[in-house]
Amino acid sequence: MDNLTNTKTSLAEPDKPPIIEPGHTFGSVSDKIGSFVLTHRTPRGWWVGFGIGFIGVMLLGQTLANLLLQGTGIWGVTNPVGWGFDIINFVWWIGIGHAGTLISAILLLLRQEWRTSINRFAEAMTLFAVACAAMYPLFHTGRPWLAFYWLFPYPNTMGIWPQFRSPLMWDVFAVSTYGTVSLLFWFVGLIPDLATLRDRSRKRIPRFIFGLLAMGWRGSARHWSRYETAYLLLAGLSTPLVLSVHTIVSFDFAVGVIPGWHATIFPPYFVAGAIFAGFAMVLILAIPIRAFYRLEDFITMRHLDNMAKIILVTGLIVSYGYTMEVFFGWYSANPYESFMILNRMKGPYATIYWLLIACNVLAPQAFWFKSMRSSIPALFIVSVIVSFGMWFERFIIVVTSLHRDFLPSSWGMYYPTRWDFGMFFGTIGLFISLLFLFLRFLPMISIFEMRTILPQAEVKEVK
Amino acid sequence: MKRRPPIYGLLAEFDNPTDLVAAAQSVHDYGYKKMDAYSPYPIEELHEAMGMHGNKLPLLVLCGGILGGLGGYFMQYWMSVIDYPILIGGRPLHSWPSFIPITFEMTVLGAALTAVFGMLALNGLPMPYHPVFNVPSFALASRDRFFICIEAADAKFDQDATRRFLETLKPRFIAEVPH
Repeated sequence: MDNLTNTKTSLAEPDKPPIIEPGHTFGSVSDKIGSFVLTHRTPRGWWVGFGIGFIGVMLLGQTLANLLLQGTGIWGVTNPVGWGFDIINFVWWIGIGHAGTLISAILLLLRQEWRTSINRFAEAMTLFAVACAAMYPLFHTGRPWLAFYWLFPYPNTMGIWPQFRSPLMWDVFAVSTYGTVSLLFWFVGLIPDLATLRDRSRKRIPRFIFGLLAMGWRGSARHWSRYETAYLLLAGLSTPLVLSVHTIVSFDFAVGVIPGWHATIFPPYFVAGAIFAGFAMVLILAIPIRAFYRLEDFITMRHLDNMAKIILVTGLIVSYGYTMEVFFGWYSANPYESFMILNRMKGPYATIYWLLIACNVLAPQAFWFKSMRSSIPALFIVSVIVSFGMWFERFIIVVTSLHRDFLPSSWGMYYPTRWDFGMFFGTIGLFISLLFLFLRFLPMISIFEMRTILPQAEVKEVK
Repeated sequence: MKRRPPIYGLLAEFDNPTDLVAAAQSVHDYGYKKMDAYSPYPIEELHEAMGMHGNKLPLLVLCGGILGGLGGYFMQYWMSVIDYPILIGGRPLHSWPSFIPITFEMTVLGAALTAVFGMLALNGLPMPYHPVFNVPSFALASRDRFFICIEAADAKFDQDATRRFLETLKPRFIAEVPH
């Protein structure tokens, strides 16, 4: 956050678009971002968006109620494919969440001050995506009320403990730590803005709630000093954390002996895929939010351009991963490995495999061209394609390896049921609803960090 | 018992960060110890001007991380080796490599919790009441104004002399902060 000196140079870069349009003051930045929360008029578009999300929430409620009444048999999972939509969607959601942490932590450490206007809602996206992701393994246990002692080392009367040698346990710790740290990081970032809202709101109840949450923050220099240290340390801690989370998610697969899973390339390949999918989701969210709330002066073309470049780079890393999978299939001289890759390309799920290649390898190549990176429709469409592509990738990894492994006698097919789709669309609805609630009730852009990137934030040389 | 000063202190308002830093420097050089500056965003130069050097937080976070990591490792060791050993195919009970991922996660968790709660505790937050909020314009400290408060508890504080001193710093105005 000590990006004060850094900011001036980047604002002065002549041929790049600015990271904040000129003409803003401390007051105008505070008022504009605060006004979305403090207004008593909820825009009609907000109700439409929240309503769509809420339909999904109700679908989720129905699916989960039915699941708890009848059991996981209502899903398409059965032998040999025991990990169907649950694990596909779990990995998909967790991956989406990673861009939020990347923007808030890694770009902060790398002093990429353009992150400032997108980090808050990207962090919110992380939290909501982790919440959606965590539901899948929890409900996949079938009896989530028992999951407490299956998954957490909780002293129980049976005197048993979880199996710590299992990657699934690592996953529980990784995801719950990730959720907790992301929440803390997000909340710490919010404290000064909550104080701004407390001081700006005219009504008693909002002032009371914001006051409670701001905890008496008063912007003291002594507080800011510790605050900045804490924020920087959290960024430093989140960076290895986010890399470890998707590494551990990939261990769920890589530690197994199933062909197509047992590969050393999995951790970096999964992490790059997560960033790839996450940035695509940030663009999918940022483009409509920016247009709807007229935030073009805060989320400029520079932001969209930079994100498109990150999608291109991570897309190339992911493509390298796909190439290596094919190479390993051949070079390992292992008949099961080579069968696995040929089965992906020519087997019953070949359509999904080739869709995955088209979405994740071909589509992002558009971002080599400046004209594509500066066209909002192109950015949006490619991001949507990438989101689909990453979902196909998880489908291919989970399903094709399981449905035909070593013994042809135990081969089978996986078909999701409507309840699988119900839960998938339900979590999308939950994500959208939470996001709309966030946009309405909390500042979607970090107000105090926007103040720091204004030219007038500079302390001039005294005498 | 020492008599409580009639006011909490004197608050001077400035409208840009440069004036605030210059004023904080003067206040510090003049020898006031119990003073604080308030700004709507962190200003690095201000920390130097007020003579602040580092803080204890990194050390606390290091301790939190080490405790989290050791706790995580020995939790797994105790549960898997001592309290509930399960022998599978003659594999060692103390299979340390498989304890590393959770040890790492617990290290990060311990450090992150210490960073957040340590920062709040050292800052004395949550604090439901603070006298500076009694000055109505202080609400702008979270928007676009900058303040310096010299507390009456300071040894050098004298209501008239301190006010005259603050006036030399050319603030927008000076307010008395009631308790």
